[in-house]
Amino acid sequence: MDESRFTQEEEAILNALRDHFPDLPMEIGKTCGQLAILVDKKMIFPVCKILKEHSAALFDYLADLCGVDFLGKREKRFQVVYNLYSIARNHRIRVKTDVGEEDCLVDSVTGIWKSANWHERELYDMFGIEVRGHPDLRRILMPDDWEGHPLRKDYPLQGKGQRDDFSFVPKEDRQPTRTPRGRGESW
Amino acid sequence: MGLIEHRFEENFITTTVDQLISWARKSSLWPLTFGLACCAIEMMTTGSAHYDLDRMGVIFRGSPRQSDLMIVAGTLTWKMAHVLRKVYDQMPEPKYVISMGSCAASGGLFNTYSVVQGVDQVVPVDVYVPGCPPRPEGLMYGILKLQEKIAKEKYIRK
Repeated sequence: MDESRFTQEEEAILNALRDHFPDLPMEIGKTCGQLAILVDKKMIFPVCKILKEHSAALFDYLADLCGVDFLGKREKRFQVVYNLYSIARNHRIRVKTDVGEEDCLVDSVTGIWKSANWHERELYDMFGIEVRGHPDLRRILMPDDWEGHPLRKDYPLQGKGQRDDFSFVPKEDRQPTRTPRGRGESW
Repeated sequence: MGLIEHRFEENFITTTVDQLISWARKSSLWPLTFGLACCAIEMMTTGSAHYDLDRMGVIFRGSPRQSDLMIVAGTLTWKMAHVLRKVYDQMPEPKYVISMGSCAASGGLFNTYSVVQGVDQVVPVDVYVPGCPPRPEGLMYGILKLQEKIAKEKYIRK
């Protein structure tokens, strides 16, 4: 079967989007046999809403939401990827959107899928992409006072010295066995 | 006095107290389970029937207030290091620490921003057990080594 040809089901999903957004610029492709669309980030909320509610699509489950850092490889640095699955129809789609570094912001989809809450917090924690309309945008994995966003490609792998900073260890009583190494200037 | 007969040499009084107390301490090490990663599975195995730590007087406790040994089993992240130190401070003296596995000893293969490069930077460590993860025999050997160390301890100085 030709990879680039769409099945009837996929055509129905795309037609549903075309019906609702006739002027929507949209890159459509297939990767590994799975439908993938790239849309403008302003349209991400309405597109996701249609994908959930239209009877041809019915994507009722947000399987994953992740970020990608294309540092130096693409014009817009980040990409946010929404992996959707329909339990009712047993089909999948991948919705992608480009996010530039200077305008590092996407709209929240928590209004559509509640599970997006923690995914978007992780997106913010790891990539520093702000999420507009999120009910509780805090860090989720790193400590609250952490500086920087570790999954960005320009973040040093060994961190910025935080892992050697043990200010909570009492200075006099029961010293640790080994003191942390001094931090070099090469971070 | 059957248990401690013929164990003492000259300098009768101080060695008696020292030996008696260190013998009592080393024979009832109650570890706090600080399972952080996959090493904890091996630690649980060591405590279970096949390897049977109970015969050495080692009984796992769930509370730091009741334990005198902390087995740090697994990868310590920077966020968890605060908790580790707090729990360690809650343990009553005398207290000992076994660092179990290569992650606890040196960060292991996680030379990354969030992983502490050795728990000995946060708490004082008595015995390091290497391995990824160490087999139960390895952990038992570490506990026996710690018992040897405790047996030599001077009560007054500790």
